[in-house]
Amino acid sequence: MQLENSQATTYNDTVIRQFSIMAVIWGVVGMLMGVVIASQLVWPELNLGLPWTSFGRLRPLHTNAVIFAFGGCALFATSYYVVQRTCQTRLFCEKLASFTFWGWQAVIVAAAVSLPLGYTQGKEYAELEWPIDILIALVWVSYAIVFFGTIGKRKVKHIYVANWFYGAFIIAVALLHIVNSAAIPAGFMKSYSAYAGVQDAMVQWWYGHNAVGFFLTAGFLGMMYYFVPKQAERPVYSYSLSIVHFWALIFTYMWAGPHHLHYTALPDWTQSLGMVFSLILLAPSWGGMINGIMTLSGAWHKLRTDPILRFLIVSLSFYGMSTFEGPMMAIKTVNALSHYTDWTVGHVHSGALGWVGLISMGSLYYMIPRLFGQKQMYSVKAIELHFWLATVGIVLYIAALWISGVMEGLMWRAMNADGTLAYTFVESVKAKHPYYIVRLLGGTLYLGGMLVMLWNTFKTASSGKPVVVNIPNVTAHA
Amino acid sequence: MDILFLLIPLSVILVLVILGGLWWAIYSGQFEDIETEGERILHED
Repeated sequence: MQLENSQATTYNDTVIRQFSIMAVIWGVVGMLMGVVIASQLVWPELNLGLPWTSFGRLRPLHTNAVIFAFGGCALFATSYYVVQRTCQTRLFCEKLASFTFWGWQAVIVAAAVSLPLGYTQGKEYAELEWPIDILIALVWVSYAIVFFGTIGKRKVKHIYVANWFYGAFIIAVALLHIVNSAAIPAGFMKSYSAYAGVQDAMVQWWYGHNAVGFFLTAGFLGMMYYFVPKQAERPVYSYSLSIVHFWALIFTYMWAGPHHLHYTALPDWTQSLGMVFSLILLAPSWGGMINGIMTLSGAWHKLRTDPILRFLIVSLSFYGMSTFEGPMMAIKTVNALSHYTDWTVGHVHSGALGWVGLISMGSLYYMIPRLFGQKQMYSVKAIELHFWLATVGIVLYIAALWISGVMEGLMWRAMNADGTLAYTFVESVKAKHPYYIVRLLGGTLYLGGMLVMLWNTFKTASSGKPVVVNIPNVTAHA
Repeated sequence: MDILFLLIPLSVILVLVILGGLWWAIYSGQFEDIETEGERILHED
């Protein structure tokens, strides 16, 4: 078709449209699963007495759907958008780019089928069985080829900072996935980890925490460094600081994982190492957070009128909060209170709903109208509504779990004068019931916001049409 | 903790790779005139 001739002068936005739409759809699905399991915690009857719908099987479905389906599709979409725009060149190897889309969707569908059926490796955030793991590895290597190939044929000498974050995320996730998923297959959809006991735990949390660091942080920081300046129409507050932020973060991230294994069979010095590295991370994290927020310096008034900017800036506030809370919880004495309680779950959701969710939604709201030849989303009022539903939802969610987490931790450690435990475990479970209802309410509001986004996205896409965007400076009329 | 014989060398290799990346970025002129680069994205479309 026409595409053949115009290959060098236009961007490939087809794959971005596909990933963007699916990010919104998987967002709804993943958050719905979250609401379902939050309801099961309030009313255990909702497990329905069936293995396929029990909490233990649906919980990994929820985490996989929100992290890898929603977050993953948002990362693919924005990285392909940013790398083409900042390098002013078309995607490298488009067939492979298309394969990353269909391959990634196949991974998600395979997860949605296999997890409820009970196929799992039992490793948190790495539950999927070996055949699916192999597909993930293939998709990821293709992603790396497309992304770095595009950087390789860039028309701009400088590689914009967002691409460094995306690049680090792609390489780190490949390494983490391959090391942690090493397993001996024992038939189709059954395998045993290549590591045993505490060795396995160490690898698992080396993977687990770095997945937080590189999948849920570095990748979304790439989003932040492009979409915040674009939406604010101002350059990053300090471009030099963004470069220091990048190198400091990736040099120091790798050894925070042992803080997930405080007071376990892991050697004490390894635990302390994990704690110290977690504390060090506060510095680059806050450097980046301040840099992002201060990008609005001199343009604060835009927050009053622009709900997309509000998504992006509030997301950075949650990034700041959770990157302060995280290092504090990694301190052994604090961890002695917080670990295994709802505080951890609240902390994760402050990062996931607040930082990852809001930054993705803000970036998608920026991209979607442009991908369909529109000036803005079909309804700006609906973005506003989404913003408030999401923000109130997060506050309810994390406040409820702070209270229930600290309460639970205190009840577990409370002792009578004679040295016996003051409370039985089930008493702490019973005490959490009201907070679980508040958490469910918060989650439902957050899901409601996502449904508004789905409607708005559908309306925007159907009132516009897919457009072909020219690469500036390459054509004569740039 | 045999696993540390895998994870620690892996980290050391990774740090060397990152250092290599930093080295390349500095000496290939990635950081020349950087504040202008921060503004470029605002003008490209």
